[in-house]
Amino acid sequence: MKKNKTSKKHTTLRVIKTIFSFYPVMMPVALICIVINAIVSSIPAVFMQNVIAMVEQSWESGDWAAVGSQILTLVAILASFYVLSLISGFAYNQLMAIITQGSLKKMRELMFNNMQRLPIKYFDQNNHGDIMSRYTNDIDALRQMISQSFPQLLISVITIATIFFIMIYYSLWLTLVVLACVIVMLFITKHVAGHSSRYFIRQQKSLGKEEGYIEEIMHGQKVVKVFNHEEESKADFDKINDMLFEESKNANRYANILMPILQNVGNLMYVIVALIGGILLIVQGNMPDTSINVSISLLPISISIVVPFLNMSKQFAGSIGQVSMQVNSVVMGLAGAGRIFEFIDEPKEVDNGYVKLVNAKIENGEIKECEERTGIWAWKHPHQADGTVTYTRLTGDVRLFDVDFEYEENKPVLHNITVYAEPGQKVAFVGATGAGKTTITNLLNRFYDIADGKIRYDGININKIKKADLRRSLGMVLQDTNLFTGTVMDNIRYGNLKATDEECINAAKLAGAHDFITRLPEGYNTMLSGDGSNLSQGQRQLLSISRAAVADPPVMILDEATSSIDTRTEAIVQRGMDALMKGRTVFVIAHRLSTIKNSDVIMVMDHGRIIERGSHEKLLAERGKYYQLYTGAFELE
Amino acid sequence: MIRKLAQSIREYKKPSILTPILVSMEVVMECIIPFVTARLVNRIKANCSLQEIALYGLALVIMASLSLLFGWGAGSTCATASCGLARNLRKDMFYSIQNFSFENIDKFSTSSLVTRLTTDVTNVQMAYMMIIRTAIRCPLMLIFAFVMAFVMGGKMAFIFLILVPLLGFGLFLVIRKSMPLFRRVFKKYDALNNSIQENVKAMRVVKSYVREDYEEEKFDRAADDVCRDFTKAERILAINNPMMQFCIYAVMVFVLSFGSYTIITSHGMDLDVGQFSSLLTYSFMILSSLMMVSMVFVMITMAAESAKRIVEVLDEKSTLSNPEDPVYDVPDGSIDFDHVSFKYSKSAERMALSNIDLHIKSGETIGIIGGTGSSKSTLVQLISRLYDVTEGDLKVGGIDVKKYDLETLRDQVAMVLQKNILFSGTIKENLRWGNKNATDEEMVHACKLSQADEFISTFPDGYDTYIEQGGANVSGGQKQRLCIARALLKKPKILILDDSTSAVDTKTDALIRKAMREFIPDTTKIIIAQRTSSVEDADRIIVMEGGTINGIGTHAELMESNEIYRDIYTSQNKAGDSDEEK
Repeated sequence: MKKNKTSKKHTTLRVIKTIFSFYPVMMPVALICIVINAIVSSIPAVFMQNVIAMVEQSWESGDWAAVGSQILTLVAILASFYVLSLISGFAYNQLMAIITQGSLKKMRELMFNNMQRLPIKYFDQNNHGDIMSRYTNDIDALRQMISQSFPQLLISVITIATIFFIMIYYSLWLTLVVLACVIVMLFITKHVAGHSSRYFIRQQKSLGKEEGYIEEIMHGQKVVKVFNHEEESKADFDKINDMLFEESKNANRYANILMPILQNVGNLMYVIVALIGGILLIVQGNMPDTSINVSISLLPISISIVVPFLNMSKQFAGSIGQVSMQVNSVVMGLAGAGRIFEFIDEPKEVDNGYVKLVNAKIENGEIKECEERTGIWAWKHPHQADGTVTYTRLTGDVRLFDVDFEYEENKPVLHNITVYAEPGQKVAFVGATGAGKTTITNLLNRFYDIADGKIRYDGININKIKKADLRRSLGMVLQDTNLFTGTVMDNIRYGNLKATDEECINAAKLAGAHDFITRLPEGYNTMLSGDGSNLSQGQRQLLSISRAAVADPPVMILDEATSSIDTRTEAIVQRGMDALMKGRTVFVIAHRLSTIKNSDVIMVMDHGRIIERGSHEKLLAERGKYYQLYTGAFELE
Repeated sequence: MIRKLAQSIREYKKPSILTPILVSMEVVMECIIPFVTARLVNRIKANCSLQEIALYGLALVIMASLSLLFGWGAGSTCATASCGLARNLRKDMFYSIQNFSFENIDKFSTSSLVTRLTTDVTNVQMAYMMIIRTAIRCPLMLIFAFVMAFVMGGKMAFIFLILVPLLGFGLFLVIRKSMPLFRRVFKKYDALNNSIQENVKAMRVVKSYVREDYEEEKFDRAADDVCRDFTKAERILAINNPMMQFCIYAVMVFVLSFGSYTIITSHGMDLDVGQFSSLLTYSFMILSSLMMVSMVFVMITMAAESAKRIVEVLDEKSTLSNPEDPVYDVPDGSIDFDHVSFKYSKSAERMALSNIDLHIKSGETIGIIGGTGSSKSTLVQLISRLYDVTEGDLKVGGIDVKKYDLETLRDQVAMVLQKNILFSGTIKENLRWGNKNATDEEMVHACKLSQADEFISTFPDGYDTYIEQGGANVSGGQKQRLCIARALLKKPKILILDDSTSAVDTKTDALIRKAMREFIPDTTKIIIAQRTSSVEDADRIIVMEGGTINGIGTHAELMESNEIYRDIYTSQNKAGDSDEEK
């Protein structure tokens, strides 16, 4: 609990600090405006007291001339205060609008930019919905807090303080009465708000449960129909829905009654102040010589004190009501801010690589670095020991030596993996789900780092290569194709931002995607949205292959890249795929054996080990596991 | 639209009506209290006796208690009414969706249905709460406070006649200017969040193509755009507050100067000190309720979008209905397609199926094969009347499918869908979808036929193993076998397997087909498959291409005569593997 409190305090401070760092000038100005506005708004009570006192003195005589100018002077001063308040009010409202939106934007950018630098591990281990809710729910909660709760709380606190000061200035006794009522109000707030938030949490839980149920049934709606299961699902839904109703009814009821309660306690306070004020007035009237009032002003109690006091007590109650209304949103805002900061603080992907990939040309048999794109690439390898730089030509020779790996401690996924892939070779991996095929590709592009062993790329340890350059040299086509909102052309160009339209179209032709693209309503300019939901899975895979083709990398990794294309179409695409793979080192993962049959080497994997290796013919002749797979005696999943 | 939504109020009519009544009474009390306090102040000023103060005090306490009572009551009934409406809306929508036909389901995406049932309902609930509570309270308060101000302040209250329209006009302008901006920016905001989601999902692609900087730039541009529009809209909205303050200050200044003047010159006849201070209270009431009215208006306009989306679902009529005089008995498992054509929507240009003429005898085993998009699934979905044929006739057991009671037909025509789904619950619970009253023996028998019993018995909890949502804790092949068992439990006359063994290894696949041949020989079996091995031993194989039947025959006949079949067969390249069916 205590830790929780300090972390809340810490978060609050950090939110304030962050906003100040975003707006080092605007924010203090806004704060000053808020303070001025709040103080000026609570001052009228003083003027009212003065004006009423004057009116009181002279209403019986009816002599306006005597006090008129004095009253008007007071009103004029009041008016000038009001002008100040209006200016400050206008200024802070405008400033806060700018600051809130600006801060949220910067916060979002901070989150997003940082997210781009997080290791893949983070995305594998964290629920995507959870990451998203930081951008949506948490940011929304923060908006509420910055734009409304913060200024409102500040104003309320200042108002309360100012009024409190004015109150003791006039009368201690009446102030004590007000204080007593305030304590009651705080007590009620705590009690009712506590109930309310407890039910709100339960409502949130029920809502989550209901959402889960709805989502599940909506996904399986066709199955529901096929099995005539409508009535049962209605009954189940009713149960969950009724529960949600109960919880949300209670939560809202407590939230709704807080205001009437506070308001009427305020009314009672008004009565009590009036009563005690009246008593004091009468007592004072009975002994006009001694002042029974205790106050800083030393004024005797009089109608001109009691009347403004009544108004002040109202304002006081109102401000407390305001504070209580903000409690919920502050708690939620802080929780959101905490989660946002936690996300921003996630450790980034570390990159200690120093070997870079550069364009090169060959002069007199020597590799020279150059600016323009030559089609020849080289690894630029600076040696710290003697300060020399050597260049190694990029050929796509990838070797794994005794690689071990584990995602979680003591749960090894790969054992002693040794694979040599020479330039231009096609290496295939087959095996059941969980055998570790995809893990190998994760290690090649250093989404994860190996635990033991070595991976060399053109003879260079991949740990020495800058991650960005390493990944640029590897083309990846993954089983789950991800497309981006944009045109088909944009999506292909994602592989190489500098590619011309023609190059993109050629890549699509190579991958066998050109045909279906031209049949789309607007060809290459067709807009894709929602992860290309208007395309079939097979078409998306073809686009994904085109994207890799336009990147033109020396090494390609195809992870179940054609799994959703039916075998007949695959056979048609195969020619393009062969053209694509020509001259490149290719790693292929597939569970459809027809896809990998013509590989140079096939690695059969089982529980993180390579159990068989060799060409298709060799493996068949061995009559081992591969043979069984091929003849359908084993299930690949 | 409103009438449609109002139909869901039903049993919550009472609290819905009670709330405004209670609120009105609360408002009356709230408005009378300053009136009484004004009198009290005057009496105090006139040096009245303590008893008199106490009497006033008592009256005030009673009124405050009543006000509290009404306020409390209104808060409760309002919560009941609004949450009740939400509950009924969710229920009505869910029920309506349950009655959807496949065509209706295709029209709405799953995620949009989920949003409609959750977020949209919440928005309407909030708006309804506002309407029955604040929307009545504020105008009432406005009128009451206005009247009271006139009663108390006489001609002084004329200031409100100037200020209220002024403020009203100001608020109107603010809303008019900001609402379109807000509507636009919310769309952009959604798009921004969608692109974040896209990025999160595609992180592997982003990283493998080293596009982090590119993505950042793209995001910054979009975020800038959203921020600019949001700031613009918020800044317009931020004028409300100072505008309100201006009006209150104007009243204050006016009342203090002109009020003092009136009191003094009229010797307290036209106005007295007590009235003077309550006039200020009323002014605050009037202006703040005006402000609230404008906020409610904004809320309602924003909720209108949600309401529209909800009504869309409620208004959606199922495109399939039960016949007037339904047939409750399916005589046998024969199927006849008489020149059937079909398209998914009236506006579609191309027929998904054209001129299918196919006659299947009861007990026959039919294999269907063809590339993606050849309408294999469409063909079989017509049999259990998941869609209605566009042209031609479709008969099951010699009777037109449109004449059957839908439930009867679907019980007799069991279908294992391509995208099949298990629901969270135990294996037994999932199997009972096929037959509510299935005994344990029946379940085990069905699972043995679908070759699922073997792996179920290896689970520690056996048939009571809990299946997680979407069947996440069983493999694809296991899921398919469970789905087949579920369908077998219906003991149907026709069993359709739509690519239902794609993740099952060929050996098990063969065992399933063998079991079906032996144990349910009288059931008509239709098997859609990608692998030719799954259909080779069928009585007849249908080759589909572009929505038409390209060829019908046995494996041997098709190998001989059908080019597409031969192509598919060679692409899978199992020729010469004699061990395959071992």
